[in-house]
Amino acid sequence: MIWAVIAVLSVANAALKASGPLALGGREPSERALRVISLVAPAVLTGLVVYEAVAGRDSGLAFDERLVGLGAAGVAIAARAPMWIVIIVAAATTAAARALT
Amino acid sequence: MRVTETRIRDGLRHGIPLFVPTAALGVSFGVLAKPLMGPVAPVVMSVVVFSGGAQFAALSVLQAAGTAGAAIIAGLLMNARWVPMSLAATPSLRGGRARRAAEAQGIVDAPFVLADRGDGTFDRGVMLGATLVQGAGWVSGTLAGVLVGNALGDPSKLGLDAIFPAFYLLLLVEEARTRRARAVAAVAAVIALSLMTFAPPGVPVIAASAAALLGLRR
Repeated sequence: MIWAVIAVLSVANAALKASGPLALGGREPSERALRVISLVAPAVLTGLVVYEAVAGRDSGLAFDERLVGLGAAGVAIAARAPMWIVIIVAAATTAAARALT
Repeated sequence: MRVTETRIRDGLRHGIPLFVPTAALGVSFGVLAKPLMGPVAPVVMSVVVFSGGAQFAALSVLQAAGTAGAAIIAGLLMNARWVPMSLAATPSLRGGRARRAAEAQGIVDAPFVLADRGDGTFDRGVMLGATLVQGAGWVSGTLAGVLVGNALGDPSKLGLDAIFPAFYLLLLVEEARTRRARAVAAVAAVIALSLMTFAPPGVPVIAASAAALLGLRR
């Protein structure tokens, strides 16, 4: 069962990633398309931040210690800390908040 | 007017900061997956699926005693975002359909963002080079997680689950430089939050990507 999940997900993953080239080929994008394209990253990233920060274990919303870690990460980001520091701050703060509660 | 493009070899350098956070996530995947999947399957999965979001989503379904079908659907929904991202990156790839489809396999969240020039084009060398580094971090992290496994205990005690949102937040802050990008982020956040109350995992993320359509307005 595990192997079926792995096989299907790897094939489907490749197909999803190939969807753009298969649909568009070598076509040049219009100016409007370029404007939309330039906004795909912030839109997807925001969805991922929100999802990873407050997704419940199975479904729904859960507001827990991750948010404390994310807040601390926000402070580190504002202080222009490099990526690895931001990551450590997020994990350490979350772990500390969990240990206290 | 072709902008200068980084070679993949030089793009590797851009991926170096991604190695540690990705490896840390890989460790937590390895630790969490091993009791359910054994020592080999998690590592193979990280090589051939190579998607943290989908792998964690599928794993959590299986942990809750869900079916293989439900695990696959969860993974697919989580990865549906590759479709808008692939459409966006395609014009910046090289060659015909087949070659571009092969290069598109290197589309992963963080490298996609690092390669984004902000004008609708992507630096192909940065994206593919950074993806190689991130892939190495993900797979070696998973392997380490499987090996240390029980010694590490519960990854959530170490706060490893906070790495994902912090990592994406950092990328978002670097990405949302223009007013329009910030407006898109605000709309995307509202879409994701409101859908999360009832929609299955993954759906809020793909729906949030529709906020990019604000770019259709002048």
